[in-house]
Amino acid sequence: MNAFLDQIFAGLATGGIYASVALALVMIYQATHLVNFAQGEMAMFSTYIAWSLINAGMPYWAAFFLTIAIAFVLGVLVERIIVRPVERAPVLSVVVVFIGMLVIFNSLAGWIYTYTIKVFPSPFPKQPLHWGGHFVSAHQLGAVGVTLVVLALLYAFFRYTSLGLAMRAVAQNPESSRLVGIRVGRMLALGWGLASAIGAIAGMMVAPTVYLEPNMMSGILLYAFAAALVGGIDSPAGAVLGGFLVGVLENLLGAYVVGNELKLVVALVLIVGVLVVKPSGLFGKVHVTRV
Amino acid sequence: MAALLDVSGLHAVYGSTRVLHGIDFSLEEGSITALLGANGAGKTTTLRALCAMIQTEGAICFDGVRIEDKATEEIVRLGIAHVPDGRGTFVHLTTEENLRLGAYVRRDRRAVAEDFERIYGYFPRIKERRHQQAGTLSGGEQQMLAVSRALMLRPRLLLLDEPSFGLAPLVVREIFDIMGTINTNEKVSILLVEQNAAMALDLADHAYLIETGRVVFSGSADEIKRNDAVRHAYLGY
Repeated sequence: MNAFLDQIFAGLATGGIYASVALALVMIYQATHLVNFAQGEMAMFSTYIAWSLINAGMPYWAAFFLTIAIAFVLGVLVERIIVRPVERAPVLSVVVVFIGMLVIFNSLAGWIYTYTIKVFPSPFPKQPLHWGGHFVSAHQLGAVGVTLVVLALLYAFFRYTSLGLAMRAVAQNPESSRLVGIRVGRMLALGWGLASAIGAIAGMMVAPTVYLEPNMMSGILLYAFAAALVGGIDSPAGAVLGGFLVGVLENLLGAYVVGNELKLVVALVLIVGVLVVKPSGLFGKVHVTRV
Repeated sequence: MAALLDVSGLHAVYGSTRVLHGIDFSLEEGSITALLGANGAGKTTTLRALCAMIQTEGAICFDGVRIEDKATEEIVRLGIAHVPDGRGTFVHLTTEENLRLGAYVRRDRRAVAEDFERIYGYFPRIKERRHQQAGTLSGGEQQMLAVSRALMLRPRLLLLDEPSFGLAPLVVREIFDIMGTINTNEKVSILLVEQNAAMALDLADHAYLIETGRVVFSGSADEIKRNDAVRHAYLGY
């Protein structure tokens, strides 16, 4: 029983990471109706920037928030310089561009920082917390907490602010958005900036556990996709819940059913399964349109 | 008195096809003007040209300001609200969210709240359905929503593209009556594109007849209603 609960806790902890990357994916999707395959690599690159700042002597939280700001700007620049020119291209061309970005960010990080793993600090205390008969790492608990805070802020942003409403409008119907005076280009850039910032937070929460190296996010990205799809690609809350679900399932199935080697297969099966059975995900809205 | 909107020599091109061949017209502040003509005459294109949704040549002057080189988003901010053909509803958002978006560029919060109440007064069915997903509203309700959204801008000029399209005559009558009331009460000028010439001429003060991208006749609505020859030739009744 103890081992079972341990697996669940471990699953929730990793799930928190998947949840935050899934959030960034959903963010871009909500703003642009595109799936950014380079999300993980951009997050990894931002984490390296944080590492450089901390290495140069900046205190953790100063580096944390400065990195978020830099990541935001990076996202805006990517939208303006790389994504904007292919705005009207067919979807497949856009996908190729995103995969190209994935490779570029990965190689750039490897070239600048080398492929040796680096240690990335955690802002949370090192002692594990004792709870019942179990040890829970303070960092993993903290990471989950940060994810939930980001989720709450995002939810409030989309639901209650004009800017959030405008971003949702632009993703659905850019032409009508122009007719109510929304500057569509700015909204798209904003969406990318926010997603990049969220990705940076995810990267900085993951790095202490898995160590910082250019391929840090590749495995996580797949799980994050599974999480975003399970939860519903247009639902931030779904993404977070999906993340925890995927984390727990991955651990339980890996420990008791398929063995550790096939854990990644769990993610793939989830993705295919969800798309076949309920393409809109657990919490995605099925949209009714009158023709 | 200078015209609120003055258009001269307007040409428009879709790709390599020239659709408007030098349209001239103007409208006075506070008036309701109709653009009439058969399918494919260029009426919708004219409205789209006014909002810079297509490539144009020629001069468009709104309230003394030349707008033909401005972007759609900027033209909206000058006070022109366009209800496109097909309504352009944000179908995945709620009715109320659609209305909030109509007021997106406005800064005067209290006046916006008042406008919500006023528009709910004109269109009680919209108020009933305000938390409903907009795509599930009936055709007539979506048209009312589209007009309401445009009115949330507190526009000086309202562009209406085929508001009667796909709607039952009784519903069209209801909407047109409210349009007349709004024009009188709110002093919103209206430029109306319609295939249903009879209903449009009942509402409008002035009309321009468009055929294959040119203005072929213009006059007051009464003149046109009384002129059998013109009606037979251009409006088919």
